[in-house]
Amino acid sequence: MSRIGKIARRSFLIGSAAIAGGVAFGIYKIRTPYPNPLEDGLAEGTASFNPWVLIDRERVTLITPHADKGQGVMSSQAALIAEELDIEFGQFDVSFGEPDKAYWNTAMADEAVPFMSTDESFVAESMRSAMGGVLKLLGMQGTGGSTTIPDSFDKLRRAGAVARETLKLAASQQSGVPVNQLKTANGAVQLPDGSELKYTELAATAAGIEPVTDVELRAPDQWRLIGKPMQRLDIVAKSTGTMDYGIDLRIEGMVHATVKMNPRQGGALRSYDASEAKDMRGVWKIFPITNGVAVIADNTWRAIQAAEAITFDWGSAPYPAEQDAHWETISKSFSEENLDSRWRDDGDVEQALAKGEVVSAEYRAPYVAHAPLEPLNVTILVTDDAVEIWSGHQLPRMLQQIVASVTGHEAEQVKFHNQFIGGSFGHRLEFEHLKQAAEIATQMRGTPVKLTYSREEDFAHDFPRHIGMARGTGAVVDGKVEAIDLQVAMPSVISSQMGRAGLSIPGPDSQIAAGSWNNPYNLPNYRMRAYRVPELAPVSSWRSVGASANGFFFDSFLDELIQAAGADPMEERIRLMGHDTSRRVLEAVAEMSSWGGELAANKGRGVSFVESFGTPVAEVVEITNTDDGIRIDKVWVAADVGQIVDPVNFENLVQGGVVFGLGHAMNCEITYSDGMAEQANFWDAEGMRMYQCPEIFVRGLENGDKVRGIGEPPVPPAAPALAAAIFDATGQRLREMPFNKFVDFV
Amino acid sequence: MRLTVNGKTHEVDVEGDMPLLWVLRDELGITGPKYGCGVAACGACTVHIDGVAVRSCQVPAADVDGEITTIEGLGTPGALHAIQAAWIEHQVAQCGYCQSGQIMQAADLLTNVPDPTDADIDDAMSGNLCRCGTYPRIRTAIKSAAAKINGA
Repeated sequence: MSRIGKIARRSFLIGSAAIAGGVAFGIYKIRTPYPNPLEDGLAEGTASFNPWVLIDRERVTLITPHADKGQGVMSSQAALIAEELDIEFGQFDVSFGEPDKAYWNTAMADEAVPFMSTDESFVAESMRSAMGGVLKLLGMQGTGGSTTIPDSFDKLRRAGAVARETLKLAASQQSGVPVNQLKTANGAVQLPDGSELKYTELAATAAGIEPVTDVELRAPDQWRLIGKPMQRLDIVAKSTGTMDYGIDLRIEGMVHATVKMNPRQGGALRSYDASEAKDMRGVWKIFPITNGVAVIADNTWRAIQAAEAITFDWGSAPYPAEQDAHWETISKSFSEENLDSRWRDDGDVEQALAKGEVVSAEYRAPYVAHAPLEPLNVTILVTDDAVEIWSGHQLPRMLQQIVASVTGHEAEQVKFHNQFIGGSFGHRLEFEHLKQAAEIATQMRGTPVKLTYSREEDFAHDFPRHIGMARGTGAVVDGKVEAIDLQVAMPSVISSQMGRAGLSIPGPDSQIAAGSWNNPYNLPNYRMRAYRVPELAPVSSWRSVGASANGFFFDSFLDELIQAAGADPMEERIRLMGHDTSRRVLEAVAEMSSWGGELAANKGRGVSFVESFGTPVAEVVEITNTDDGIRIDKVWVAADVGQIVDPVNFENLVQGGVVFGLGHAMNCEITYSDGMAEQANFWDAEGMRMYQCPEIFVRGLENGDKVRGIGEPPVPPAAPALAAAIFDATGQRLREMPFNKFVDFV
Repeated sequence: MRLTVNGKTHEVDVEGDMPLLWVLRDELGITGPKYGCGVAACGACTVHIDGVAVRSCQVPAADVDGEITTIEGLGTPGALHAIQAAWIEHQVAQCGYCQSGQIMQAADLLTNVPDPTDADIDDAMSGNLCRCGTYPRIRTAIKSAAAKINGA
């Protein structure tokens, strides 16, 4: 079937949502830029050149609208502006800014269209462009999908260049020196006589000039900052305990709140008894909210203690109470009526399976909590004509709309101050805690409230990564992998997540297939079918989303076939690879790890390759099978993002992604009993600890022709590479995470 | 109740069983120590009492019998402790939420074991959870700080 035919059948997630929401548009509207939000109420003598640069007599402020949850993007966004603006770290202030349509994410379209990221055909590029138009009309400001750098790379450099050229024009007007004799450096325009005009001295003049938009971006050999190690703007604060996260905020007159929600998520509150809790010291109020109870106190600990002292009668969960029933539902979903989409059908799988040696296997990936270390928290003040919120969030404009719908205000009346976030992994895409805070603050009108979740409440309401199952059948012929027929069944994470935000998303969910269908191998016969499981427990995007499970399914099954063929896991992947940039990633990791050398008898190695969010990543894991269990010794990683912005942060994020992927594969899952998550704290879902952390060697490649993100892509290859290494050392093939159900780790 | 924190004495009126963490955070406004788990499973709340690392979420206020040092008292942006300087030099932090606890735990380690081996680091640091996975950099920064302190 032609690409066009497939597109029509699949429709578009966000495109359809936009149309259902009544958005009508023409090409003119798409091309028209949004007004610059910094122009609103601009003080006299202050110049705002575009939505990212603000200069007054005192200071230069750069607006970095993408949320920073640890991935360091406040710094990298600022670096992209500063590169062209000719200003150094330490010479400017930085702000997350206020939510605005002007900050719509130009890169989210790539994940929203049903094309492989390696597909650069006219049709694929046209559809990305069209989807970009839809996202722009929605004013979709968001951080996620490893899009911050792809979204920002050209846009923010251009913002810096526009400001620089406009400042030069202002300097020319002030000094009488022609623009072509002016240079810029260190936050100032330099005149031929050696004197300089600081940008702040030019603000008043620049404010009266129409920005110069005819600018050219500098060639890479002229870059001062990009590609070179930089000191993150937040690193001193984060190393001295002086970083204020949302949970650390204190607003004048603020009270402390916590909630206890029905642990059977979505179930009702039938009744509660707070007779003991209400008399506890420091407790001011206890009142019901939707599906739960809020406690207001003068101290967070007192609020949490009081919440623990309340007894509840909870309603039942709107999903199966026991974990086995979840698996059973998934197992039954490999049916024609649940077919969400056939994402790939190359060659003739049926015919190939009839000819070769056939291998079949079933894989499972559990629910997994995000569990960032900073528990959910929101500080909020509701008054008659405004709502003010301090919290960290990845979707600030949707946040305004959702909070406004709870408090009865207009979205424009919701003032949102984004905060540095103590980890997210997708957790801060959710809105439930904000809805609860909005309900509480509406009842506490005029009083600022800080809602803090206890760790146990955070686990109970994490909205974990979706559960999933895969069935693979494949064939090997003459020592080669000849065919793969992979079927994957999962609930739709996008539908669950957007459903809570009040959006109905029609069309197939690409995340059921992401990480399985889109690896750029030239398999002679490859069919990938995705089945949508009816919603079970509510689920949410978890670092690398669909690829977090699919990478494990696809790559592990490929590994099984390679083993059945008697081929070398690295060589066969390289032979099958149909994408040059990806092949070079595999070749790099082979070279780094000296693949193919002799190993001690109790050691094993596995390789994995998964492409997610357009970033190809290959990992080699080396383990030792000790008398006490598996020890992970070393990991080698190669990844290609086209252009690395900061090599230090790049290495840190890759290492962290590997630790995240390995840790959860080792020992994390969320299971349900009596409708409630059985895991309540880090004792139950531990992740990786220092003593388990391997040496991790990282190489960043820049062969790709698009700039890609690195926040998520190192995660998916970790689990299959570990499973392959364990197989290599022990002969035991692990087909279900977490692996500690089957092997011990030291 | 009288508490000495970072050299300053505070009079607080709290229940004896209120964990030190919450006295520091909500009563005294000292927010460097973080709430992560409340059950000594993550180490984000680590402070020193008379130089010894403790999980402040597990120490009832009434049981505090020494001088408390928090990350703010270890060093400041203008006067960094050698460990903080190493943390900055090696750009350890991602989200940074666990790092106050990591640094306080590392300070305790280097007081007792000035030149720690990998095994020493594993033993001392494995109670401090980092969800971002900065362990390789934490290990490097501890060794770098040890070298600097020992060389000084």
